[in-house]
Amino acid sequence: MGVDGSVSAKGGAPSHHILSVLVENKAGVLARVASLFSRRGFNIFSLAVAPTADERFSRITIDVDLDSAPLEQVVKQLDKLINVVTITELDPKAAVERELLLATVHAGRAELDEIEELVKRFEGTMVDTGEDRLTVSLADHPEKVAEFENLLKSYGIAELQRTGCIALPKLNARPDTHTHTNTTTKAG
Amino acid sequence: MQLTGAQALIKSLEMQGVEVIFGLPGGAILPVYDPILDSNIRHILVRHEQGAGHAAEGYAMATGRPGVAIVTSGPGATNIVTPLANAYMDSTPLVVISGQVATTSIGTDAFQECDITGVTMGITKHNWLVTDPADLPRIIAEAFHVATTGRPGPVLVDVPKDVAQSRMDWYWPASVDELDLPGYHPRTEGDPELIRQAADLMLTAHRPVIYAGGGILKAHASAALRELAERTGIPVVTTLMARGAFPDSHELCLGMPGMHGNYTAVTALQRSDLLIALGSRFDDRVTGKIDAFAPGARIIHVDIDPAELGKVRRPDVGIAGDCRVVIEELIEALAVRGVGAAGTPSGSGSAAASRPDQAPWIAQVREWQERFPLAYDREAPDGVLKPQYVLETLRDRTPDDTIVASGVGQHQMWASQYWKFDHPRTWINSGGAGTMGFAVPAAIGAKVGRPDRMVWAVDGDGCFQMTAQELVTASAEQIPVKIAILNNAYLGMVRQWQEMFYEERYSEVYLSPDLPDYVKWAESMGCAGIRVESPDEVEAAIDKANGIDDRPVVVDFRTDAFEKVYPMVPAGASNDDIVVGPEQGQGGR
Repeated sequence: MGVDGSVSAKGGAPSHHILSVLVENKAGVLARVASLFSRRGFNIFSLAVAPTADERFSRITIDVDLDSAPLEQVVKQLDKLINVVTITELDPKAAVERELLLATVHAGRAELDEIEELVKRFEGTMVDTGEDRLTVSLADHPEKVAEFENLLKSYGIAELQRTGCIALPKLNARPDTHTHTNTTTKAG
Repeated sequence: MQLTGAQALIKSLEMQGVEVIFGLPGGAILPVYDPILDSNIRHILVRHEQGAGHAAEGYAMATGRPGVAIVTSGPGATNIVTPLANAYMDSTPLVVISGQVATTSIGTDAFQECDITGVTMGITKHNWLVTDPADLPRIIAEAFHVATTGRPGPVLVDVPKDVAQSRMDWYWPASVDELDLPGYHPRTEGDPELIRQAADLMLTAHRPVIYAGGGILKAHASAALRELAERTGIPVVTTLMARGAFPDSHELCLGMPGMHGNYTAVTALQRSDLLIALGSRFDDRVTGKIDAFAPGARIIHVDIDPAELGKVRRPDVGIAGDCRVVIEELIEALAVRGVGAAGTPSGSGSAAASRPDQAPWIAQVREWQERFPLAYDREAPDGVLKPQYVLETLRDRTPDDTIVASGVGQHQMWASQYWKFDHPRTWINSGGAGTMGFAVPAAIGAKVGRPDRMVWAVDGDGCFQMTAQELVTASAEQIPVKIAILNNAYLGMVRQWQEMFYEERYSEVYLSPDLPDYVKWAESMGCAGIRVESPDEVEAAIDKANGIDDRPVVVDFRTDAFEKVYPMVPAGASNDDIVVGPEQGQGGR
């Protein structure tokens, strides 16, 4: 969300970075994070929140637009939020990323086979079928998801929902991953 | 021991050592006001919640201890939003307790309901909505811990009425470890490697300047700063928030830089080859056009808030840490390199021996000081009262540890320029937020915190009208503050900008010198009122005001409406384009 509260459209060179932010599972934490991004003029491509294995914490995965602000400022300002426990910076090259897409497309009998073929090629799933529409899903790297979405467009998309990216560090790429924890960077 | 939430709240404040609360009761906070009757904590009943907030700020700035204010829900809470924003900008430790409608009513648009934690999210260091009375002692302890450690700042604790009325088993967190703050661990020590780099850099500079900010006062680092300056011989500028952090009478003090800073302070920063920024944040009012600020300077930046390092200007050495601790570490590192007392190298083989000669730089600074001192027209026509003359006279006829509070505008800049601040925590003003109306309540808070000191508010007529009602509080509570209104009948700073940058098209800036009648108004509020219309009345009026200690005093100084603040760096211009004023052949009206 930028100053105007909008979410940037993704395109061109990926000058973005993923922040995996462990936060206290308390009321209003998401609002604090969203308000910070809005107030400081930091733009994001996506934001996903969910509980973690430890019920005291949630994880917010934020895909940050680095054209709007230097990563260092984003991390430091986030770190000032009292409810933020740790921030892990994930360079796209050193992370595994996944995103889920659900799309309802217009499809008569003529297109059905083509779409089934497309879903199969991307290893997606046919989720629901109606008389002249069907709903498909795909969970994959965000770039793959975007490519899939583009190909679906030619059939006419009735509804589309993407979850935004979630990510974890690649297991063999640890040295490139900077983990910011409060014990080393946190200050008032 | 079973207590109500309200009793637990007041007991928690007692446990924190709170001696005074500024506040105003109302419906949702009613339960909390009952145990105040049984407490030793002094409650000062303000006339408007904004007054409670600014008084708590003035108390905090004068004492170094957190200020505390209590307000009710809805409008009570929104009225203290401005002080919270002000304290956030100036990193003042403030704990505000607000009443809230009962938890069962939250979200129903109940009478006097307002989502104050939502409203204040961006202008507090943190805030809490208490939903269980058992959490109260822990949350109050957390609130004080967060407000006063790391980069200090305001916090708000919102207490629903039913939470205050319910019972809980009393306890008190024995230590910080019992607080629930897994994401809050402020760091105070500087990274030793960075300290070494900074010390090495300091020994290579030909034209170093210490750029001292409000963080020096927050960190109680005045003595350490003085030692650093004296050992290295490096001159010091003190920003608007740091006036008094380094004595104005010290030969290394260059005074205030920035938009209305003096020529030497502004120009020394511009020509410097090394800025040692200590607890300062490269505010736009200091830097002017940022791309043109101190173009040849390398930067050592020390701040308790890591986010300040590189926010505006990328430092060559950025050290996150407490100013006092880091300065002491720097002094130690410099001593190892042979920089001892008074900046003299202690050994010929030491790093200090190869340090560039500082004499030419100091000589340059002295030359600027002689050529461009602060100046105004001392030969004004008969009867014209110059505001600078009022301030010089006030300065010279009050004790040198007098606390001066100010509002925002021309009078604030003149006060900062013409006062001689030789003691920390003697200058109480609104820097970052620029909150008009700050002076009167802040002076009251400062006097409550330091009853042993003389406290003068220097105010403008526009500012005074915004919060003057708190003088009723001061009279009722016997808080003998003194107010000097520099009454030029205008919103003077706005008038100055319209004169200089809007072709003298004066839009909505005229106020009138005698509407209201400030003397009658003062008297109606239980204060002494004195009017001064010409220079020859100034000394006697100040002496008379200084002699009144049983009630507040208001002196209405009718000053020259056409006087402008100089020097001035026009907004958005480079600091190289400083206009020193008509008396020195530049700029002028």
